[in-house]
Amino acid sequence: MQIPAAFEYARAESLDHALQLLAEHGEEARVIAGGHSLLPMMKLRLANPEWLIDINDLADLDYITEEGDTLRIGALTRHVSLLESDAVAGLFPLVRDAEKTIADPLVRNRGTIGGSLCQADPAEDLSTVCHVLRTELVIRGPNGERTVPMRELHRGPYETSVEQNEILTEIRWPIRPRSSSAYTKVERRVGDWATTAAGACLTMGDAGQIEDVVIGLTAVGLDGGTATRAEDAIRGQQPGEELYAEAGRLAAEDCNPVGDQRGTEAYKRHLADELTQRVLRKAVERVNSTTAARS
Amino acid sequence: MTAIEERPANPAAAAENRPIGFGRLQRKEDPRFIRGKGHYLDDVVLPGMLHGAMLRSPYAHAKLISIDTSAALAHPGVHAVITGKDLEGLNLAWAPTLSADVMAILATDKVRFQGQEVAFVVADDRYSARDALELIDVEYEALPPVINARTALDADAPVIRTDLEGRTDNHIFDWEAGDAAETDAVFARADVVVTEDIVYPRVHPAPMETCGAVADYDPIDGKLTLWETTQAPHAHRTLYAIVAGIPEHKIRVISPDIGGGFGNKVGIYPGYVCAVVGSIVTGKPVKWVEDRSENLMSTSFARDYLMHGEVAATNDGKILAVRTTVLADHGAFNATAQPTKYPAGFFHIFTGSYDLEAAHCKVTGVYTNKAPGGVAYACSFRVTEAVYLVERMVDVLALKLGIDPAEIRLKNFIKPEQFPYQNKTGWEYDSGEYERAMRMAMDMAGYDELRREQAEKRERGELMGIGVTFFTETVGAGPRKHMDIVGLGMADGAELRVHPTGKAVVRLSVQSQGQGHETTFAQIVSEEIGIPPEDIEVVHGDTDNTPFGLGTYGSRSTPVSGGAVAMVTRKVRDKARLIAAAMLETRPEDLEWEKGRFFVKGDPSQGKTIAEIAMGAHGTVTLPEGVDGNLDAEVTYDPPNLTFPFGAYICVVDIDPGTGVVKVRRFIAVDDCGTRINEMIIEGQVHGGLTDGVGMALMEIIDFDEDGNCLGGSFMDYLIPTAMEVPDWETGHTVTPSPHHPIGAKGIGESATVGSPSAVVNAVVDALQPYGVVHIDMPCTPSRVWEAMQGRHVPTAGV
Amino acid sequence: MKITMTVNGDSVTSEAEPRVLLVHFLRDVLGLTGTHWGCDTSNCGLCAVLMDGVPVKSCTVLAAMASGHEIRTVEGLATGGTLDPVQQGFMEEHGLQCGFCTPGMMLTARALLDKNPDPDEDTIRQAISGQICRCTGYATIVRSIKWAAAHPAGSSQAETPAETPAEETAEVPA
Repeated sequence: MQIPAAFEYARAESLDHALQLLAEHGEEARVIAGGHSLLPMMKLRLANPEWLIDINDLADLDYITEEGDTLRIGALTRHVSLLESDAVAGLFPLVRDAEKTIADPLVRNRGTIGGSLCQADPAEDLSTVCHVLRTELVIRGPNGERTVPMRELHRGPYETSVEQNEILTEIRWPIRPRSSSAYTKVERRVGDWATTAAGACLTMGDAGQIEDVVIGLTAVGLDGGTATRAEDAIRGQQPGEELYAEAGRLAAEDCNPVGDQRGTEAYKRHLADELTQRVLRKAVERVNSTTAARS
Repeated sequence: MTAIEERPANPAAAAENRPIGFGRLQRKEDPRFIRGKGHYLDDVVLPGMLHGAMLRSPYAHAKLISIDTSAALAHPGVHAVITGKDLEGLNLAWAPTLSADVMAILATDKVRFQGQEVAFVVADDRYSARDALELIDVEYEALPPVINARTALDADAPVIRTDLEGRTDNHIFDWEAGDAAETDAVFARADVVVTEDIVYPRVHPAPMETCGAVADYDPIDGKLTLWETTQAPHAHRTLYAIVAGIPEHKIRVISPDIGGGFGNKVGIYPGYVCAVVGSIVTGKPVKWVEDRSENLMSTSFARDYLMHGEVAATNDGKILAVRTTVLADHGAFNATAQPTKYPAGFFHIFTGSYDLEAAHCKVTGVYTNKAPGGVAYACSFRVTEAVYLVERMVDVLALKLGIDPAEIRLKNFIKPEQFPYQNKTGWEYDSGEYERAMRMAMDMAGYDELRREQAEKRERGELMGIGVTFFTETVGAGPRKHMDIVGLGMADGAELRVHPTGKAVVRLSVQSQGQGHETTFAQIVSEEIGIPPEDIEVVHGDTDNTPFGLGTYGSRSTPVSGGAVAMVTRKVRDKARLIAAAMLETRPEDLEWEKGRFFVKGDPSQGKTIAEIAMGAHGTVTLPEGVDGNLDAEVTYDPPNLTFPFGAYICVVDIDPGTGVVKVRRFIAVDDCGTRINEMIIEGQVHGGLTDGVGMALMEIIDFDEDGNCLGGSFMDYLIPTAMEVPDWETGHTVTPSPHHPIGAKGIGESATVGSPSAVVNAVVDALQPYGVVHIDMPCTPSRVWEAMQGRHVPTAGV
Repeated sequence: MKITMTVNGDSVTSEAEPRVLLVHFLRDVLGLTGTHWGCDTSNCGLCAVLMDGVPVKSCTVLAAMASGHEIRTVEGLATGGTLDPVQQGFMEEHGLQCGFCTPGMMLTARALLDKNPDPDEDTIRQAISGQICRCTGYATIVRSIKWAAAHPAGSSQAETPAETPAEETAEVPA
């Protein structure tokens, strides 16, 4: 099998220690958490950092905590924890929907949400999930903490706005009443990257209308992270099949899929439409059944 | 109609679940595997052993201008760097293939496929070897590649094999079977003719263990000991002797435990040869194990047959004739492994399970700038291609005529009384009862109920498909008069020795890669001579202590080696009778046999067990004239014919109309492999093959872009089914013994891989009836399926 | 650098480069060749071992990262010479053919049963969905794990009588 080029290794004992090591070793140092994005690239020698800073011992970055109207997730939280958390599934069902399709059970035992977001793969499911949830990200650096909205996290494929000497520490999801979400993905086989996937989060109003909505798509080159024209078209409207169809049509128009082994351009564009409709329908169903359950 | 009676399992033994002979028996080899104590190639560690790594071409077609190995040689831990030039000096840069061609071991003039071997590093450990690869500096001059086989014979196509003198094109061979004129005449008068282009794409056996070798050349003794992941250790030994000039008695090939073969481990790969050269040059053992991308990009692929099928029939569905032309993409070298007289293997079994008036095929082989290979992945020498063609075409015909696919097959089967059946392309099918198996599968599936459900679902716009396939294979190559590989006749040997205390050792010429030979062959001996399987040691894989044979592939172990083992055991038993008679002071003809014991007719208390006879043979008993003092024998078995396993498969799929995602809901498989040695092992073989079919039908492909870049070079893109993509298999069986085989067995190893792809594809096409789809090429990915629903065919770059 | 971990209950210490993968550390440094490898892209799952009781792909963990943790390999499945019910189940139900994916499958099964002693078929298939078998077609692996679930104390005999297969196949008289 393939093996990485040589590098030096240090294990961080605290977040401050990790930051200090990053500062010390500069450009050629990378943080490693689950390692299931970085190590495969290093084995193929597509990434060759000179220093790896292992942050797996930073247990206090691994948490899921509800605090007021925010769910706070530590960056070191493993995929399996997000999948199995009933708290997360209750508040944000699209997360469990997505985690069921992310990689496979063994990878999910190691990979972290922080690692996935910082890898910034254009087909990363959690990126779409975080766009859809209007995530706020907390980044710590030598000068303290800063908060960044999700749409400012990714600069391009495999490129984020987390600076060389910073570490992503927390992911924050706003909790809103009368809200729910859904995610659905088409893949060629378990473990594959998405051919196309869609996620939606919506909030219903008093009169049963869609008060607010965010629609995200995966692996189809949607600039800016969400399908804003589709969102604008359905915001304030009563849910229904025609509405979903309109949203799907607009979402499909606004994406830029590339034909490859996973699918033709036409197919991916069709999926953008079809899957948008499905997640909207599902999210509405979920809000209604939660409301019904409560009443 | 058969001469071999079915053998019921010994009732007493069955009660303890340890049959003495055939029956469900837990495997004798399992104890080491479940403890993690299997001994696979990468587990071989020798003192002072070095590690090899291979540098490979990034280009599909390029001139090799220069190679600078100086930096690599200077890297710490590196002992040697070997190039094509070095091998030229040893006359080893090129080696003969199994198909009367030559292939490069390390490139000399050009590289001819992406991934071709260019240089070989030998270093202290695998990490240093890998690092050193980066330091080799190669200069290439890119050339236009031939990627689409359909363009390989164009007048302006670049010539790939400029190493062959006088070569002006990329043509390899033309081969025909059947009667063209007779077939044309039948087509001319037929009511109905259907035609279809059917591609069997390039796929890969991808066993979980990659290929590798450990070469240990002893310069003092002049002996080469070579551990190899090989399905054919003896054939390899002979070939190395011929190619490398090391005398055959000074070569020992050892096949350790193998983590899956599936035809991937039949040929001799450049990595093996380089390991041998590395050992000779450094004076130390050299291990080379390829990584997965090397396995997928350079070792023997499978299929890549571009077929055009035609069927002629009457209006009421009687199939009259089948005709096909095939473009066979062999890659850059013709390195397929099949009997010499059959460059297209056994493709001419494409007449299938049907009684035809005429048939004809023409196969044209071409070179392309892709890895060499073609015969692999449980194809039974191109039988996968043949069955896929005919079973798709029968469905195309059924669709055209509006006849149910099961009905049309029942209507056209060869009938039991027609066996042995001479088909129109030279085969003699040994035995079969096709309708019985077909009806059993339909019963198990609840066929009529499924069709009712399908009708209801169609009303609601739901897509459900039922795919039917009936296959007949030809396996167990084969009679040495007709079947040889590089001149070695395909007979196999077996040796049996019964020790003085009545235990035994049987030595085989074939090599297990997971098929359970250590159990099933003990069972064959046990059935014939009554020694319990746990008292029989099965030895295989080491050329120093096993008889010569051509190895395990093409489902030949049970038909050929199993035949040999039955015959050798009978020889021993016949000898035991003579010795028993002497011990009991009676005549041999006055003895009766019950499993494990001879006794005097009419006086059962007067008898001798095999153990007693063995002790007698080695003891002081006065032996009869002409009988020597042992209970040993050896046999080389030349099979009189191939065997013809068959089966009826039914696949049920559901397709999401919004996404094209195919879900395999059920798979019913009824197999007939003749006499069944161990139903547990047979079932396992079937399950594995059915999974192959789902894989090929839905997700497996080695594709290329137009520059010749291999798009299937990792498991990220070469997708193999997981437990989530396959259902719980429903299996059944019938038993139609082979009349010519010593125990009536036919073999089962490849049946399910042969029969299942068309069952799945037929189901997908059946599901898409509301969209008017007649054919869809594999793999039926969601994109391909959805595009087919829109009336569009999605080609692959290489086709 | 110095790597120290607990492997199958024993503490081991050895020198290895930071880049040495856990699978190579186990195989080449410790000589525990029961853990296998099969790909370059962390897809096939052959290399599965238990790290702190949880199945992970040892080809995608550095030995350095495993330092300080507890690793269990196939060699540590049997305890004091007694086979784990999972090992027995794989033999009873023919859950292996070539045996190459088997160590990883059994370890994942062990971890699953420790968490969920009576999983249904779908749960089992999901649990092993990150590991590929080319031989068995998975049904017998599922049966093997179910056998282990049904026999948590293993079986007292070397081989127990298996269910007759007659119900599962349609036997037809010749």
